Amino acid sequence: MNPGLTLEHFFALVGLFVAVVGGRIALNPSHPRRRGSAAFWLLLAIGIGAGKSLPNELVGWLVLALGGLVAAKQVAAPHFAAGGAEREVRAEQWGNRLLGPILLVPFIAIAGGFVAGSQVALGIGCLAGLMAALWVTRDAPLAPVEEGGRLLELLGWALILPQSLAGLGGIFAQAGVGEEVAKIVAATLPVANPLVAVIAYCGGMVIFTVMMGNAFAAFPIMTLGVGLPFIVKANGGNPAIMGALGMLSGYCGTLLTPMAANFNIVPVRLLELKDDFAVIKAQAPFAVAIWIFNVVVMCLCVYRF
Amino acid sequence: MIKLLGILVVAVGFGFRVNALVVVLAAGVATGLSAGLPLRGVVALLGRFFVENRGLVLPIVLMLPVVGLLEKHGLQERVGALMRRSEAATAGRILWLYQALRGGLSVLGISLGSHAGMVRPLVAPMAEAAASNQLAALRAEGAAKARGELSAADSARVRAHGAAAENVGNFFSDDILVAVGALLLVKAFFDTAGVPVTLEQIKLWSLPTALWVLLVGWWRYRALDRRLAQRKEDGP
Repeated sequence: MNPGLTLEHFFALVGLFVAVVGGRIALNPSHPRRRGSAAFWLLLAIGIGAGKSLPNELVGWLVLALGGLVAAKQVAAPHFAAGGAEREVRAEQWGNRLLGPILLVPFIAIAGGFVAGSQVALGIGCLAGLMAALWVTRDAPLAPVEEGGRLLELLGWALILPQSLAGLGGIFAQAGVGEEVAKIVAATLPVANPLVAVIAYCGGMVIFTVMMGNAFAAFPIMTLGVGLPFIVKANGGNPAIMGALGMLSGYCGTLLTPMAANFNIVPVRLLELKDDFAVIKAQAPFAVAIWIFNVVVMCLCVYRF
Repeated sequence: MIKLLGILVVAVGFGFRVNALVVVLAAGVATGLSAGLPLRGVVALLGRFFVENRGLVLPIVLMLPVVGLLEKHGLQERVGALMRRSEAATAGRILWLYQALRGGLSVLGISLGSHAGMVRPLVAPMAEAAASNQLAALRAEGAAKARGELSAADSARVRAHGAAAENVGNFFSDDILVAVGALLLVKAFFDTAGVPVTLEQIKLWSLPTALWVLLVGWWRYRALDRRLAQRKEDGP
């Protein structure tokens, strides 16, 4: 594997792809929001492709500009006609060969993960999958840009929501929001009772993960603010049991929050669902059942082992 | 307390269904300013985290041309045709199997798929095709007032459960065998806090939940199958 190949190369490639999509929108007079959409994708192409060599503040203003375009409803996707009958014929023609490229991607990503970094390996896997798809379908080299652009426009603003949330999480951390929340939880609940402490800790993990969108951010704050002082130090609970089940309780929060955009909002757009909360609604019973199990196991075991 | 302004912005914004990107950016600026940071500093923070987290978009965007091209050539239709050959396949069984497979590989530290790489091109079309097969089978048995096609609402419900299978399979079994992100974070946290904990203990106590999650999946996907079958009988 080429040791000179880094993630930056893939970011440049993604930037180029997004720029071409933006350029094609600019040249398409029938696009419903031509100027705003073209500006959105071209600005984003700069942010992703060249973000590392630009000053942070400039990228920040650029991100706010993207948000402004979205707020002003200047970014939209055209209505794409589905070529139903034509696709049936092609599906018949190509058969199972169509599945090959899709399965090739994780295969190369997993195998390459042992040699290179996992993200670089995934990038190489995607490129190999693209080559295989072009070879299988014998389509023109511009076709993947056109079809990929169609999906990119369907994703729209949701694409950069995960990165913006990472920014919000970082600002929360700098401002000390987490410590504030842990203080409120510890001050309002009778956490001196061992069972109440477990429920407050697991519940706090969920609430905090829902607000931050990330169980990893919630864990140190809740564990330092509630878990260690009230479960371990005051009542002699087992920290390993508390930590494992506490983190898993946080994941229940991840299933419930639009703040975990990568998991809950991006697929809504990718799967073309109308309700922004469709995935969260499907996951809510999972989250409740798994959370209750975690709490019960922690209540039964944390003070015993 | 003023620091919690950002959380309020998020809660109100999502409550009124304001665009999520706008809410999040506004909450970031509000929190930074209320914590006493200068505006330019807040904007620079937003930029810094945007650049540092570009890795989040990589697996999605790089996958789109592959998926788009194959879909143009009938990938979803092909997957549907494959499913039609299997009578045992139901939407729920397919989703449960995917969740179990995703979780099983996750135990080994292998990340099989993603929403862009597996769910949109394969899992969702498989489950949808199986769901319309179930419908066709019911109609053949003469179920009362059966409809010909999966309704848009049912189709969306099946796809949303496909995304759920990916997430649930992904989340709950990564702390069991191979030490990756979450496990190392928990261990590192306790090390820093001076609390003696071994990796083996954390792994052991992650296992019951991973098994429970398979049961919960079985329950939810069976409920999905039942709901789909009921809808077919109701009919318009």
